[in-house]
Amino acid sequence: MCGIAGLIHRRATGDVGSEMTNMLKALKHRGPDSTGFALYGKPHGEELILRFKVAEQDEMAGSFDMHQAVKDRRHEVDKRLKELGAKILKEEEATEYAFRYRIKYDGDRRKLADFIEDIKGAEILSMGLGLELIKDLGDATVVSDQYKLNGFVGTHAIGHTRMATESDVDIRSAHPYWAYPFADVSVVHNGQLTNYWKGRRGLEHKGHRFVSNCDSELIAVYLADAMEQGADLEDAMKASIDQLDGVFTYIVATADSLGMAKDVMAAKPMVLYESDDFIGLASEEVAIRSIFPHEIDTWDPYEGEVRVWKTEAARA
Amino acid sequence: MALRTIQMGMHTEKLAGKTQQRFFSPSEEENFLYPDGYDVDFNKRAEFDAEPLSPGEINLKLRELMSQGYGTIVMHNPGAKHGVAVGLLQRLNLQIKGSLGYFGCGLIDGPRITISGRVGWSCAENMMSGVVVIEKNAGSTFGAAIRGGDLVCKGDVGARVGIDQKGGTIIIGGRAGAFCGFMMQRGRMIILGDAGKNLGDSMYDGTIYVGGKIAELGVDAVEGEMTDLDAEWLERKLKLYGMEAPRGVRNMTKIVAGKQLWNYDNLEPSEKKIVL
Repeated sequence: MCGIAGLIHRRATGDVGSEMTNMLKALKHRGPDSTGFALYGKPHGEELILRFKVAEQDEMAGSFDMHQAVKDRRHEVDKRLKELGAKILKEEEATEYAFRYRIKYDGDRRKLADFIEDIKGAEILSMGLGLELIKDLGDATVVSDQYKLNGFVGTHAIGHTRMATESDVDIRSAHPYWAYPFADVSVVHNGQLTNYWKGRRGLEHKGHRFVSNCDSELIAVYLADAMEQGADLEDAMKASIDQLDGVFTYIVATADSLGMAKDVMAAKPMVLYESDDFIGLASEEVAIRSIFPHEIDTWDPYEGEVRVWKTEAARA
Repeated sequence: MALRTIQMGMHTEKLAGKTQQRFFSPSEEENFLYPDGYDVDFNKRAEFDAEPLSPGEINLKLRELMSQGYGTIVMHNPGAKHGVAVGLLQRLNLQIKGSLGYFGCGLIDGPRITISGRVGWSCAENMMSGVVVIEKNAGSTFGAAIRGGDLVCKGDVGARVGIDQKGGTIIIGGRAGAFCGFMMQRGRMIILGDAGKNLGDSMYDGTIYVGGKIAELGVDAVEGEMTDLDAEWLERKLKLYGMEAPRGVRNMTKIVAGKQLWNYDNLEPSEKKIVL
Protein backbone atom coordinates (compact mmCIF):
# COMPACT_ATOMS: atom_id res chain seq x y z
CA MET A 1 0.00 0.00 0.00
CA CYS A 2 2.67 2.56 1.07
CA GLY A 3 2.16 6.05 2.40
CA ILE A 4 3.72 9.16 0.92
CA ALA A 5 3.90 12.70 2.20
CA GLY A 6 5.37 16.05 1.28
CA LEU A 7 5.49 19.55 2.69
CA ILE A 8 6.94 22.88 1.76
CA HIS A 9 7.25 26.12 3.69
CA ARG A 10 6.94 28.69 0.96
CA ARG A 11 8.05 31.77 2.82
CA ALA A 12 10.22 30.59 5.65
CA THR A 13 11.89 27.57 7.15
CA GLY A 14 10.53 25.15 9.71
CA ASP A 15 11.40 22.05 11.68
CA VAL A 16 10.78 19.84 8.67
CA GLY A 17 12.43 16.89 10.43
CA SER A 18 9.80 16.82 13.17
CA GLU A 19 6.97 17.69 10.82
CA MET A 20 7.76 14.90 8.40
CA THR A 21 8.30 12.47 11.27
CA ASN A 22 4.81 13.24 12.57
CA MET A 23 3.28 12.91 9.12
CA LEU A 24 4.88 9.53 8.58
CA LYS A 25 3.91 8.35 12.07
CA ALA A 26 0.30 9.03 11.08
CA LEU A 27 0.78 6.90 7.95
CA LYS A 28 2.44 3.98 9.70
CA HIS A 29 -0.53 1.69 9.05
CA ARG A 30 0.10 2.06 5.30
CA GLY A 31 3.47 0.37 5.56
CA PRO A 32 5.71 -0.48 8.49
CA ASP A 33 8.58 -2.15 6.58
CA SER A 34 10.80 0.86 6.09
CA THR A 35 10.65 4.61 6.39
CA GLY A 36 12.47 7.26 4.43
CA PHE A 37 12.95 11.00 4.51
CA ALA A 38 14.30 13.51 2.02
CA LEU A 39 14.87 16.71 3.96
CA TYR A 40 15.97 19.97 2.38
CA GLY A 41 18.08 22.18 4.60
CA LYS A 42 19.83 25.44 3.96
CA PRO A 43 22.75 25.03 1.54
CA HIS A 44 26.22 26.12 2.69
CA GLY A 45 27.77 27.62 -0.40
CA GLU A 46 28.95 24.93 -2.77
CA GLU A 47 29.44 22.33 -0.06
CA LEU A 48 27.88 18.98 -0.90
CA ILE A 49 26.13 16.80 1.64
CA LEU A 50 26.83 13.15 0.91
CA ARG A 51 24.62 10.52 2.55
CA PHE A 52 25.73 6.96 1.94
CA LYS A 53 25.65 3.49 3.40
CA VAL A 54 28.14 0.65 3.12
CA ALA A 55 25.92 -2.23 4.26
CA GLU A 56 22.32 -3.26 4.74
CA GLN A 57 20.94 -3.22 8.28
CA ASP A 58 20.33 -6.97 8.38
CA GLU A 59 23.87 -7.67 7.17
CA MET A 60 25.26 -6.26 10.42
CA ALA A 61 23.98 -9.22 12.42
CA GLY A 62 24.55 -11.67 9.62
CA SER A 63 28.26 -12.37 9.71
CA PHE A 64 31.09 -12.45 12.23
CA ASP A 65 33.43 -10.10 10.39
CA MET A 66 30.81 -7.61 9.13
CA HIS A 67 31.85 -4.86 11.53
CA GLN A 68 35.39 -4.94 10.23
CA ALA A 69 34.11 -5.11 6.65
CA VAL A 70 32.06 -1.96 7.24
CA LYS A 71 35.14 -0.16 8.58
CA ASP A 72 37.14 -1.29 5.58
CA ARG A 73 34.45 -0.16 3.14
CA ARG A 74 34.22 3.24 4.76
CA HIS A 75 37.97 3.58 4.64
CA GLU A 76 37.81 2.75 0.94
CA VAL A 77 35.17 5.44 0.42
CA ASP A 78 37.43 8.00 2.13
CA LYS A 79 40.32 6.88 -0.03
CA ARG A 80 38.36 7.17 -3.27
CA LEU A 81 36.96 10.57 -2.36
CA LYS A 82 40.50 11.78 -1.82
CA GLU A 83 41.61 10.20 -5.07
CA LEU A 84 38.99 12.19 -6.99
CA GLY A 85 39.99 15.41 -5.31
CA ALA A 86 37.02 15.68 -2.95
CA LYS A 87 37.81 17.36 0.35
CA ILE A 88 36.00 15.93 3.37
CA LEU A 89 34.98 18.82 5.63
CA LYS A 90 33.09 16.86 8.24
CA GLU A 91 32.22 13.20 8.86
CA GLU A 92 29.26 12.00 10.90
CA GLU A 93 28.28 8.44 11.70
CA ALA A 94 24.49 8.24 11.54
CA THR A 95 24.59 4.49 12.23
CA GLU A 96 27.36 1.94 12.11
CA TYR A 97 26.69 1.46 8.40
CA ALA A 98 25.31 4.84 7.27
CA PHE A 99 27.21 8.11 7.10
CA ARG A 100 26.84 11.82 6.45
CA TYR A 101 29.77 13.67 4.93
CA ARG A 102 30.11 17.35 4.13
CA ILE A 103 32.46 17.57 1.19
CA LYS A 104 33.92 20.10 -1.20
CA TYR A 105 33.97 18.72 -4.70
CA ASP A 106 33.94 20.53 -8.03
CA GLY A 107 34.30 17.52 -10.32
CA ASP A 108 31.90 15.25 -12.19
CA ARG A 109 29.27 14.04 -9.72
CA ARG A 110 28.28 11.04 -11.80
CA LYS A 111 31.91 9.90 -11.83
CA LEU A 112 32.13 10.34 -8.07
CA ALA A 113 28.92 8.41 -7.48
CA ASP A 114 29.96 5.57 -9.78
CA PHE A 115 33.41 5.36 -8.21
CA ILE A 116 32.02 5.17 -4.67
CA GLU A 117 29.26 2.71 -5.56
CA ASP A 118 31.84 0.43 -7.13
CA ILE A 119 32.81 -0.46 -3.57
CA LYS A 120 31.02 -3.57 -2.35
CA GLY A 121 27.93 -2.67 -0.30
CA ALA A 122 28.30 1.05 -0.90
CA GLU A 123 25.32 3.07 -2.06
CA ILE A 124 25.02 6.82 -2.23
CA LEU A 125 21.62 7.68 -0.80
CA SER A 126 21.87 11.30 -1.80
CA MET A 127 24.23 13.98 -2.89
CA GLY A 128 23.17 17.61 -2.87
CA LEU A 129 23.58 21.12 -1.63
CA GLY A 130 20.52 20.98 0.59
CA LEU A 131 19.13 17.45 0.26
CA GLU A 132 19.69 14.89 3.00
CA LEU A 133 18.15 11.51 2.26
CA ILE A 134 17.72 9.10 5.14
CA LYS A 135 16.05 5.70 4.92
CA ASP A 136 16.17 2.58 6.98
CA LEU A 137 14.10 -0.33 8.21
CA GLY A 138 11.48 0.38 10.85
CA ASP A 139 8.72 2.91 11.37
CA ALA A 140 9.02 6.70 11.41
CA THR A 141 9.71 6.90 15.13
CA VAL A 142 12.54 4.38 14.95
CA VAL A 143 14.22 5.89 11.90
CA SER A 144 13.76 9.49 13.02
CA ASP A 145 15.22 8.76 16.45
CA GLN A 146 18.03 6.67 15.02
CA TYR A 147 19.12 9.44 12.65
CA LYS A 148 18.20 12.31 15.01
CA LEU A 149 15.90 14.06 12.54
CA ASN A 150 13.82 16.05 15.00
CA GLY A 151 14.98 19.63 14.88
CA PHE A 152 16.15 19.47 11.26
CA VAL A 153 15.39 22.95 9.96
CA GLY A 154 14.65 23.37 6.28
CA THR A 155 12.23 24.54 3.63
CA HIS A 156 10.68 21.31 2.41
CA ALA A 157 10.65 17.55 2.73
CA ILE A 158 9.15 14.37 1.35
CA GLY A 159 8.73 11.02 3.07
CA HIS A 160 7.59 7.46 2.65
CA THR A 161 6.35 4.52 4.72
CA ARG A 162 6.76 1.31 2.80
CA MET A 163 4.63 -1.79 2.46
CA ALA A 164 7.00 -3.97 0.47
CA THR A 165 5.28 -5.73 -2.41
CA GLU A 166 7.39 -6.62 -5.40
CA SER A 167 10.89 -6.09 -3.98
CA ASP A 168 12.77 -6.85 -0.78
CA VAL A 169 12.54 -5.35 2.67
CA ASP A 170 15.91 -3.62 2.73
CA ILE A 171 17.33 -0.11 2.62
CA ARG A 172 18.10 -0.42 -1.06
CA SER A 173 14.39 -0.89 -1.85
CA ALA A 174 13.22 1.79 0.56
CA HIS A 175 12.11 5.23 -0.61
CA PRO A 176 12.87 8.05 -1.26
CA TYR A 177 15.07 7.55 -4.28
CA TRP A 178 17.71 10.03 -5.20
CA ALA A 179 17.57 10.93 -8.92
CA TYR A 180 21.19 10.00 -9.59
CA PRO A 181 23.30 11.87 -10.58
CA PHE A 182 21.25 15.04 -10.11
CA ALA A 183 22.01 16.86 -6.90
CA ASP A 184 19.00 17.54 -4.71
CA VAL A 185 16.35 15.55 -6.62
CA SER A 186 14.38 12.88 -4.77
CA VAL A 187 11.17 10.89 -5.31
CA VAL A 188 8.63 8.92 -3.27
CA HIS A 189 5.94 6.79 -4.86
CA ASN A 190 2.78 4.90 -4.03
CA GLY A 191 1.64 2.41 -6.65
CA GLN A 192 2.88 -0.12 -9.17
CA LEU A 193 4.55 0.52 -12.50
CA THR A 194 3.75 -2.15 -15.05
CA ASN A 195 6.32 -1.10 -17.64
CA TYR A 196 9.16 -1.05 -15.12
CA TRP A 197 11.46 -3.52 -16.86
CA LYS A 198 10.94 -2.02 -20.28
CA GLY A 199 11.58 1.46 -18.93
CA ARG A 200 14.57 0.32 -16.94
CA ARG A 201 16.21 -1.40 -19.90
CA GLY A 202 15.79 1.73 -22.01
CA LEU A 203 17.33 3.97 -19.38
CA GLU A 204 20.17 1.54 -18.67
CA HIS A 205 21.03 1.60 -22.35
CA LYS A 206 21.38 5.35 -22.00
CA GLY A 207 23.89 4.88 -19.20
CA HIS A 208 21.74 5.32 -16.11
CA ARG A 209 22.26 3.11 -13.10
CA PHE A 210 19.67 1.33 -10.93
CA VAL A 211 20.55 0.17 -7.44
CA SER A 212 17.41 -1.82 -6.66
CA ASN A 213 14.66 -3.88 -8.28
CA CYS A 214 12.02 -1.56 -6.90
CA ASP A 215 9.75 -0.14 -9.61
CA SER A 216 9.66 3.24 -7.89
CA GLU A 217 13.31 3.84 -8.70
CA LEU A 218 12.27 4.08 -12.34
CA ILE A 219 10.48 7.37 -11.64
CA ALA A 220 13.57 8.97 -10.14
CA VAL A 221 15.79 7.82 -12.97
CA TYR A 222 13.18 8.76 -15.59
CA LEU A 223 12.93 12.30 -14.23
CA ALA A 224 16.70 12.58 -13.99
CA ASP A 225 17.03 11.52 -17.61
CA ALA A 226 14.34 13.94 -18.80
CA MET A 227 15.98 16.82 -16.95
CA GLU A 228 19.34 15.82 -18.32
CA GLN A 229 17.78 16.24 -21.78
CA GLY A 230 16.83 19.79 -20.83
CA ALA A 231 13.24 19.45 -19.61
CA ASP A 232 12.25 21.39 -16.52
CA LEU A 233 10.74 19.54 -13.60
CA GLU A 234 7.10 20.20 -14.46
CA ASP A 235 7.49 19.22 -18.11
CA ALA A 236 9.31 16.05 -17.11
CA MET A 237 6.52 15.17 -14.71
CA LYS A 238 3.82 15.83 -17.30
CA ALA A 239 5.60 13.59 -19.78
CA SER A 240 5.85 10.88 -17.12
CA ILE A 241 2.06 10.62 -16.94
CA ASP A 242 2.07 9.20 -20.48
CA GLN A 243 5.36 7.35 -20.32
CA LEU A 244 4.92 5.51 -17.04
CA ASP A 245 2.35 2.74 -17.16
CA GLY A 246 0.45 1.51 -14.14
CA VAL A 247 -1.16 3.09 -11.13
CA PHE A 248 0.84 5.69 -9.30
CA THR A 249 0.90 8.84 -7.29
CA TYR A 250 4.35 10.24 -6.69
CA ILE A 251 5.95 13.25 -5.03
CA VAL A 252 9.22 14.74 -6.20
CA ALA A 253 11.39 17.38 -4.59
CA THR A 254 14.27 19.45 -5.93
CA ALA A 255 16.44 22.05 -4.24
CA ASP A 256 13.68 24.65 -4.41
CA SER A 257 10.50 22.84 -5.50
CA LEU A 258 7.96 20.26 -4.48
CA GLY A 259 5.80 18.48 -7.05
CA MET A 260 3.17 15.77 -7.29
CA ALA A 261 1.79 13.69 -10.14
CA LYS A 262 -1.12 11.31 -10.36
CA ASP A 263 -1.79 8.70 -13.03
CA VAL A 264 -4.73 8.92 -15.43
CA MET A 265 -6.76 6.43 -13.42
CA ALA A 266 -6.30 8.35 -10.15
CA ALA A 267 -6.07 4.96 -8.53
CA LYS A 268 -3.78 5.94 -5.68
CA PRO A 269 -4.79 8.45 -3.06
CA MET A 270 -3.48 11.93 -2.38
CA VAL A 271 -4.92 14.64 -0.19
CA LEU A 272 -3.76 18.20 -0.63
CA TYR A 273 -3.74 21.22 1.64
CA GLU A 274 -2.61 24.52 0.19
CA SER A 275 -2.17 27.93 1.78
CA ASP A 276 -0.02 30.94 0.98
CA ASP A 277 2.64 29.82 3.45
CA PHE A 278 2.47 26.06 3.46
CA ILE A 279 1.67 23.12 1.20
CA GLY A 280 1.03 19.72 2.70
CA LEU A 281 0.20 16.58 0.76
CA ALA A 282 -0.15 13.00 1.86
CA SER A 283 -1.84 9.70 1.14
CA GLU A 284 -4.26 10.45 3.96
CA GLU A 285 -5.50 13.62 5.60
CA VAL A 286 -4.54 12.36 9.06
CA ALA A 287 -0.92 12.98 8.11
CA ILE A 288 -1.57 16.64 7.36
CA ARG A 289 -3.61 16.89 10.54
CA SER A 290 -0.53 15.89 12.50
CA ILE A 291 0.74 19.39 11.64
CA PHE A 292 -2.61 21.21 11.64
CA PRO A 293 -4.86 19.67 14.27
CA HIS A 294 -7.63 22.19 13.56
CA GLU A 295 -10.09 22.01 10.66
CA ILE A 296 -8.51 22.70 7.28
CA ASP A 297 -9.79 22.63 3.72
CA THR A 298 -8.33 19.76 1.73
CA TRP A 299 -9.09 18.06 -1.58
CA ASP A 300 -7.98 15.27 -3.87
CA PRO A 301 -5.93 16.18 -6.93
CA TYR A 302 -7.50 14.75 -10.10
CA GLU A 303 -6.44 12.08 -12.56
CA GLY A 304 -3.43 13.00 -14.64
CA GLU A 305 -2.81 16.09 -12.51
CA VAL A 306 0.68 17.52 -12.06
CA ARG A 307 1.40 20.29 -9.59
CA VAL A 308 4.66 22.02 -8.69
CA TRP A 309 5.22 24.51 -5.88
CA LYS A 310 8.35 26.56 -5.32
CA THR A 311 9.93 28.14 -2.30
CA GLU A 312 9.83 31.91 -2.09
CA ALA A 313 13.52 32.12 -2.92
CA ALA A 314 12.94 30.19 -6.13
CA ARG A 315 9.94 32.30 -7.07
CA ALA A 316 11.95 35.47 -6.49
CA MET B 1 -46.94 7.82 -7.36
CA ALA B 2 -46.26 4.23 -8.36
CA LEU B 3 -47.05 5.05 -11.97
CA ARG B 4 -44.57 7.92 -11.97
CA THR B 5 -41.78 5.74 -10.66
CA ILE B 6 -42.54 3.24 -13.38
CA GLN B 7 -42.46 6.04 -15.97
CA MET B 8 -39.04 7.04 -14.72
CA GLY B 9 -37.77 3.55 -15.26
CA MET B 10 -37.43 2.66 -11.61
CA HIS B 11 -39.38 -0.55 -11.99
CA THR B 12 -37.32 -2.78 -14.19
CA GLU B 13 -37.50 -5.85 -12.01
CA LYS B 14 -38.93 -7.09 -8.74
CA LEU B 15 -36.66 -6.32 -5.84
CA ALA B 16 -36.61 -7.59 -2.31
CA GLY B 17 -35.24 -6.03 0.83
CA LYS B 18 -36.24 -3.17 3.03
CA THR B 19 -34.27 -0.39 1.42
CA GLN B 20 -35.18 -1.07 -2.14
CA GLN B 21 -38.81 -1.68 -1.30
CA ARG B 22 -38.94 1.69 0.40
CA PHE B 23 -37.30 3.35 -2.57
CA PHE B 24 -39.70 1.83 -5.03
CA SER B 25 -42.77 1.85 -2.84
CA PRO B 26 -43.33 5.21 -1.12
CA SER B 27 -46.14 3.77 0.95
CA GLU B 28 -43.91 1.45 2.94
CA GLU B 29 -44.05 2.02 6.65
CA GLU B 30 -41.10 4.00 7.97
CA ASN B 31 -39.20 3.58 11.22
CA PHE B 32 -38.17 0.03 10.52
CA LEU B 33 -35.92 -1.29 13.28
CA TYR B 34 -33.27 -3.93 12.97
CA PRO B 35 -33.54 -6.55 15.72
CA ASP B 36 -30.60 -5.05 17.63
CA GLY B 37 -31.50 -1.41 16.87
CA TYR B 38 -32.13 1.19 19.56
CA ASP B 39 -35.33 3.14 19.97
CA VAL B 40 -34.09 6.73 19.96
CA ASP B 41 -35.76 10.10 20.47
CA PHE B 42 -34.72 12.88 18.07
CA ASN B 43 -35.47 15.44 20.75
CA LYS B 44 -32.92 13.87 23.08
CA ARG B 45 -29.57 15.46 22.21
CA ALA B 46 -25.99 14.65 23.21
CA GLU B 47 -22.60 16.10 22.24
CA PHE B 48 -19.14 14.62 22.58
CA ASP B 49 -15.54 15.41 21.66
CA ALA B 50 -14.00 12.77 19.39
CA GLU B 51 -10.49 14.23 19.56
CA PRO B 52 -9.12 11.92 22.27
CA LEU B 53 -10.93 8.83 20.96
CA SER B 54 -9.80 6.20 18.48
CA PRO B 55 -12.15 5.35 15.58
CA GLY B 56 -13.31 2.22 17.41
CA GLU B 57 -13.99 4.20 20.57
CA ILE B 58 -15.93 6.82 18.59
CA ASN B 59 -18.18 4.17 17.09
CA LEU B 60 -18.72 2.56 20.49
CA LYS B 61 -19.55 5.99 21.91
CA LEU B 62 -22.24 6.46 19.27
CA ARG B 63 -23.76 3.11 20.17
CA GLU B 64 -23.61 3.87 23.86
CA LEU B 65 -25.47 7.15 23.31
CA MET B 66 -28.06 5.49 21.08
CA SER B 67 -28.61 2.80 23.70
CA GLN B 68 -29.46 5.63 26.09
CA GLY B 69 -32.09 6.89 23.65
CA TYR B 70 -30.23 9.86 22.19
CA GLY B 71 -31.56 10.48 18.70
CA THR B 72 -29.59 13.64 17.97
CA ILE B 73 -25.85 13.37 18.48
CA VAL B 74 -23.27 16.07 17.75
CA MET B 75 -19.70 14.88 17.28
CA HIS B 76 -16.88 17.42 17.52
CA ASN B 77 -13.29 17.15 16.29
CA PRO B 78 -13.32 13.86 14.38
CA GLY B 79 -9.87 14.83 13.08
CA ALA B 80 -10.13 13.07 9.70
CA LYS B 81 -10.02 9.68 11.40
CA HIS B 82 -10.91 6.63 9.36
CA GLY B 83 -13.91 4.33 9.66
CA VAL B 84 -16.02 6.69 11.75
CA ALA B 85 -19.84 6.46 11.96
CA VAL B 86 -20.00 3.11 10.22
CA GLY B 87 -22.64 0.39 10.45
CA LEU B 88 -25.39 2.66 11.79
CA LEU B 89 -28.49 0.63 10.99
CA GLN B 90 -31.26 2.84 12.27
CA ARG B 91 -32.76 6.30 12.49
CA LEU B 92 -30.37 8.80 13.97
CA ASN B 93 -29.65 12.48 13.48
CA LEU B 94 -25.86 12.65 13.58
CA GLN B 95 -24.11 15.99 13.13
CA ILE B 96 -20.37 15.74 12.60
CA LYS B 97 -18.49 18.99 13.15
CA GLY B 98 -15.28 18.46 11.23
CA SER B 99 -13.83 16.10 8.62
CA LEU B 100 -13.70 12.34 8.27
CA GLY B 101 -10.93 10.18 6.85
CA TYR B 102 -11.45 7.07 4.77
CA PHE B 103 -14.50 4.77 4.86
CA GLY B 104 -16.65 7.13 6.91
CA CYS B 105 -20.40 6.43 7.15
CA GLY B 106 -20.03 3.06 5.43
CA LEU B 107 -22.68 0.33 5.60
CA ILE B 108 -25.34 2.58 7.06
CA ASP B 109 -29.08 2.04 6.81
CA GLY B 110 -31.32 4.84 7.94
CA PRO B 111 -29.47 7.68 9.70
CA ARG B 112 -29.30 11.28 8.62
CA ILE B 113 -25.70 12.46 8.86
CA THR B 114 -24.39 15.95 8.19
CA ILE B 115 -20.66 16.61 7.98
CA SER B 116 -19.42 20.18 8.16
CA GLY B 117 -15.97 19.35 6.73
CA ARG B 118 -14.56 17.00 4.15
CA VAL B 119 -14.57 13.22 3.76
CA GLY B 120 -11.79 10.95 2.49
CA TRP B 121 -12.00 7.97 0.15
CA SER B 122 -14.96 5.60 0.10
CA CYS B 123 -17.45 7.64 2.08
CA ALA B 124 -20.82 5.92 2.56
CA GLU B 125 -19.72 2.79 0.78
CA ASN B 126 -22.60 0.30 0.62
CA MET B 127 -25.01 2.80 2.16
CA MET B 128 -28.48 1.25 2.15
CA SER B 129 -30.75 4.14 3.13
CA GLY B 130 -30.73 7.45 4.95
CA VAL B 131 -29.13 10.77 4.08
CA VAL B 132 -25.49 11.88 4.22
CA VAL B 133 -24.68 15.53 3.45
CA ILE B 134 -21.07 16.75 3.22
CA GLU B 135 -20.55 20.50 3.14
CA LYS B 136 -17.03 20.47 1.63
CA ASN B 137 -15.10 18.09 -0.65
CA ALA B 138 -14.96 14.31 -0.85
CA GLY B 139 -12.30 11.84 -1.92
CA SER B 140 -12.49 9.09 -4.51
CA THR B 141 -14.89 6.12 -4.61
CA PHE B 142 -17.54 8.30 -3.03
CA GLY B 143 -20.71 6.27 -2.59
CA ALA B 144 -19.28 3.08 -4.02
CA ALA B 145 -21.95 0.38 -4.32
CA ILE B 146 -24.63 2.36 -2.52
CA ARG B 147 -28.03 0.74 -2.64
CA GLY B 148 -30.29 3.53 -1.47
CA GLY B 149 -30.68 6.88 0.26
CA ASP B 150 -29.31 10.29 -0.67
CA LEU B 151 -25.58 10.95 -0.60
CA VAL B 152 -24.73 14.60 -1.11
CA CYS B 153 -21.37 16.35 -1.43
CA LYS B 154 -21.63 20.10 -1.89
CA GLY B 155 -18.01 20.47 -3.02
CA ASP B 156 -15.75 18.59 -5.46
CA VAL B 157 -15.17 14.85 -5.40
CA GLY B 158 -12.39 12.57 -6.66
CA ALA B 159 -12.58 9.68 -9.10
CA ARG B 160 -14.92 6.69 -9.34
CA VAL B 161 -17.97 8.22 -7.69
CA GLY B 162 -20.80 5.70 -7.46
CA ILE B 163 -18.77 2.86 -8.85
CA ASP B 164 -21.09 -0.15 -8.90
CA GLN B 165 -23.98 2.01 -7.67
CA LYS B 166 -27.04 -0.17 -7.10
CA GLY B 167 -29.61 2.41 -6.08
CA GLY B 168 -30.19 5.69 -4.29
CA THR B 169 -29.10 9.13 -5.39
CA ILE B 170 -25.65 10.69 -5.35
CA ILE B 171 -25.45 14.47 -5.72
CA ILE B 172 -22.21 16.33 -6.36
CA GLY B 173 -22.23 20.11 -6.10
CA GLY B 174 -18.93 20.63 -7.91
CA ARG B 175 -16.59 18.70 -10.14
CA ALA B 176 -16.16 14.92 -10.24
CA GLY B 177 -13.15 12.88 -11.38
CA ALA B 178 -12.75 10.01 -13.84
CA PHE B 179 -14.74 6.78 -14.03
CA CYS B 180 -17.81 8.05 -12.20
CA GLY B 181 -20.67 5.60 -12.48
CA PHE B 182 -18.39 2.78 -13.58
CA MET B 183 -20.50 -0.39 -13.78
CA MET B 184 -23.46 1.46 -12.34
CA GLN B 185 -26.47 -0.80 -12.03
CA ARG B 186 -29.28 1.36 -10.78
CA GLY B 187 -30.07 4.66 -9.11
CA ARG B 188 -29.26 8.25 -10.03
CA MET B 189 -26.20 10.42 -9.97
CA ILE B 190 -26.27 14.19 -10.32
CA ILE B 191 -23.02 16.05 -11.03
CA LEU B 192 -23.59 19.79 -11.15
CA GLY B 193 -20.05 20.62 -12.27
CA ASP B 194 -17.75 18.97 -14.80
CA ALA B 195 -17.31 15.20 -15.03
CA GLY B 196 -13.98 13.48 -15.74
CA LYS B 197 -13.09 10.87 -18.34
CA ASN B 198 -14.87 7.56 -18.82
CA LEU B 199 -18.13 8.72 -17.32
CA GLY B 200 -20.57 5.84 -16.91
CA ASP B 201 -18.15 3.30 -18.31
CA SER B 202 -19.82 -0.11 -18.65
CA MET B 203 -22.93 1.03 -16.83
CA TYR B 204 -25.75 -1.50 -16.86
CA ASP B 205 -28.56 0.82 -15.92
CA GLY B 206 -29.30 3.93 -13.90
CA THR B 207 -29.03 7.58 -14.91
CA ILE B 208 -26.32 10.22 -14.61
CA TYR B 209 -27.13 13.91 -14.96
CA VAL B 210 -24.26 16.32 -15.59
CA GLY B 211 -24.48 20.11 -15.33
CA GLY B 212 -21.01 20.94 -16.64
CA LYS B 213 -18.71 19.55 -19.29
CA ILE B 214 -18.10 15.84 -19.73
CA ALA B 215 -14.45 15.07 -20.48
CA GLU B 216 -15.32 11.77 -22.18
CA LEU B 217 -18.06 9.17 -22.01
CA GLY B 218 -17.11 5.64 -21.06
CA VAL B 219 -17.78 2.50 -23.01
CA ASP B 220 -21.50 2.00 -23.65
CA ALA B 221 -22.56 5.23 -21.94
CA VAL B 222 -24.78 7.32 -24.21
CA GLU B 223 -26.69 10.55 -24.03
CA GLY B 224 -30.36 10.13 -23.23
CA GLU B 225 -33.32 12.42 -23.78
CA MET B 226 -34.05 14.89 -20.98
CA THR B 227 -37.77 14.70 -20.28
CA ASP B 228 -40.06 16.94 -18.27
CA LEU B 229 -40.17 14.22 -15.67
CA ASP B 230 -36.38 14.28 -15.37
CA ALA B 231 -36.34 18.06 -15.00
CA GLU B 232 -39.09 18.05 -12.42
CA TRP B 233 -37.40 15.36 -10.38
CA LEU B 234 -34.04 17.14 -10.53
CA GLU B 235 -35.55 20.45 -9.41
CA ARG B 236 -37.23 18.84 -6.44
CA LYS B 237 -34.29 16.71 -5.46
CA LEU B 238 -31.78 19.57 -5.57
CA LYS B 239 -34.13 21.86 -3.68
CA LEU B 240 -34.13 19.42 -0.79
CA TYR B 241 -30.45 20.23 -0.22
CA GLY B 242 -30.49 23.90 -1.15
CA MET B 243 -28.65 23.24 -4.40
CA GLU B 244 -29.29 24.25 -7.98
CA ALA B 245 -27.87 23.50 -11.40
CA PRO B 246 -25.65 26.39 -12.57
CA ARG B 247 -27.28 26.51 -16.02
CA GLY B 248 -30.67 25.17 -15.00
CA VAL B 249 -31.75 21.55 -14.86
CA ARG B 250 -33.09 21.58 -18.43
CA ASN B 251 -29.59 22.28 -19.71
CA MET B 252 -28.11 19.31 -17.93
CA THR B 253 -26.94 16.29 -19.92
CA LYS B 254 -28.55 12.94 -19.22
CA ILE B 255 -26.39 9.85 -19.56
CA VAL B 256 -27.77 6.33 -19.66
CA ALA B 257 -26.56 2.85 -20.60
CA GLY B 258 -26.44 2.12 -24.32
CA LYS B 259 -26.88 -1.56 -23.48
CA GLN B 260 -24.76 -2.65 -26.39
CA LEU B 261 -22.15 -4.49 -24.34
CA TRP B 262 -21.69 -8.21 -24.86
CA ASN B 263 -23.76 -9.06 -21.80
CA TYR B 264 -26.82 -7.51 -23.45
CA ASP B 265 -26.19 -9.39 -26.63
CA ASN B 266 -28.20 -12.61 -26.72
CA LEU B 267 -27.05 -13.64 -30.15
CA GLU B 268 -25.17 -16.88 -30.41
CA PRO B 269 -21.73 -16.67 -32.03
CA SER B 270 -23.07 -18.39 -35.14
CA GLU B 271 -25.93 -15.89 -35.34
CA LYS B 272 -23.49 -12.99 -35.01
CA LYS B 273 -21.74 -14.17 -38.13
CA ILE B 274 -24.99 -13.86 -40.03
CA VAL B 275 -25.80 -10.42 -38.66
CA LEU B 276 -22.39 -8.76 -38.64
